[in-house]
Amino acid sequence: MTVPQKSARRHTMPGFGLTMGYTVAYLGLIVLIPLAGLFFKTAGLGLEGFWRVVTSPRVLAALRLSFGAALAGAFINVIFGSLVAWVLVRYRFPARRIFDAAIDLPFALPTAVAGIALTALYAPNGWIGRLLEPHGIKVAYTPLGVIIACAFVGLPFVVRSVQPLLEEAERELEEAAASLGASRLQTVLRVLLPTVLPGMLAGFALAFARAAGEYGSIIFIAGNKPLVSEIAPLLITIKLEEYDYAGATAVAVAMLLLSLLLLLAINGLQVWSAGRQRRVA
Amino acid sequence: MRATISESRWVQCLLIGIALLFLAGFLLLPLAAVFTEALRSGWVAYRAAILEPDALSAIRLTLLVAACAVPLNMLFGLAAAWAVSKFEFRGKTLLITLIDLPFSVSPVVAGLVYVLLFGRNGWAGGWLIDHDVHVLFALPGIVIATVFVTFPFVARELIPLMQEQGTDYEQAALSLGASGWQTFWRVTLPSIKWALLYGVLLCNARAMGEFGAVSVVSGHIRGQTDTMPLHIQILYDEYRFSGAFAVASLLALLGLVTLAVKSYLEWRHGDELAATRRH
Repeated sequence: MTVPQKSARRHTMPGFGLTMGYTVAYLGLIVLIPLAGLFFKTAGLGLEGFWRVVTSPRVLAALRLSFGAALAGAFINVIFGSLVAWVLVRYRFPARRIFDAAIDLPFALPTAVAGIALTALYAPNGWIGRLLEPHGIKVAYTPLGVIIACAFVGLPFVVRSVQPLLEEAERELEEAAASLGASRLQTVLRVLLPTVLPGMLAGFALAFARAAGEYGSIIFIAGNKPLVSEIAPLLITIKLEEYDYAGATAVAVAMLLLSLLLLLAINGLQVWSAGRQRRVA
Repeated sequence: MRATISESRWVQCLLIGIALLFLAGFLLLPLAAVFTEALRSGWVAYRAAILEPDALSAIRLTLLVAACAVPLNMLFGLAAAWAVSKFEFRGKTLLITLIDLPFSVSPVVAGLVYVLLFGRNGWAGGWLIDHDVHVLFALPGIVIATVFVTFPFVARELIPLMQEQGTDYEQAALSLGASGWQTFWRVTLPSIKWALLYGVLLCNARAMGEFGAVSVVSGHIRGQTDTMPLHIQILYDEYRFSGAFAVASLLALLGLVTLAVKSYLEWRHGDELAATRRH
């Protein structure tokens, strides 16, 4: 009799069948079965038909814009998001809490609202557009506008991924580096950067995934010119309105596959950077 | 020694300056633009834009959709969090990943899957339409699409918190003779109530503001299947800008209230939220 007393008295928690059954049924009905339908529909198109749809010039241009702008937006977010996280964690200044809370604004502001607001700002007669116009910079109704909208929706992801890592970073390490004669810049680049890099990559991945599928914030500012500023999700809605269900589905599957591929690549990068850091340590 | 691990005064000021300028220009300016544009034609026009019948029906529909979708996902979140956090089983990580899946699907694709399912030629659509049940271009479709895009919100707030809490208190209640439901209502629910509110809050904000998925399934029948975000788009496309921004300002207010309550919960009840939410 080696069974410890404590576990002998433990009760089995009730409700496994009920909650598990409900969870799996609800997940299946709302998410998994409908998503599976997407792939069945594409299978009906055949590989050749699928390829014909996704390599048509208009679809290619839309996919390139959606994913290119999402990547560009995510890069902007990594740079400014990390800077913002750094300033919020390390420095004290008036209204810090309010700025900290405002980071989540892109989550809280409905996409359609963000879309028309950004358009109002960056249109040639808007508050910001008016300043850029004389320099020949057009933002609204160009791919640049799409990048701005992507950066807007993705910003909170990077800040919120980097912030906790900076808060937990041990200052002793920085002190050690400094006392060994490293300059401040060296310390930041060689000691701090490796600790927050996983957060930056995670934030990049989340921001990218969100922006690649984004619709509401983008369609107003994009201008939606075919081959120039038309994003992939918009093309899906256009094909649906033309009752081209198979074409819409093919574009959707292409988007899902591309997202998956890029996220796997980023994930690999994360594993690599974590491994590298362990070796250094 | 302290000075060596900090930046010089002017570098600090420079970095703070860049960050705040970026945040002000990138986040706060769009918000200011919404309210300025909304009030451009004055209060009377603002009131009129919000009180016109189509706008009111859009507001009513948005509230109705949220009132259906949020409780559904709340119930699911509670069930999923209970199953995942109180029991050990194989495939748990997979289950958690699948629960988060809707976040990585484009809202338009989410709408599309229901068009394929409930459209006239869809798996379920033909049969349902023959029996006079209309899902697409009607309330049920809008609710289901909203449920899809807000699916993980409650669950992902509760799961990490309830995993941290473990089962000790529930075990104690059970061994003192409480029934399963009593344990849930008296022991579990009080310890997760703030996290639940937090999740419901975020779920609700997204549900009321959802645009892409709803746009695909709604059919845009004015005065009937137009939610607030869709109504904004219609007004905007008709160049009725101040009307569009007036309705948008209501949703922006909802977003601001959400942010304020969220920050309050993090500040006041941070220790009763999941670890990732404690600032």
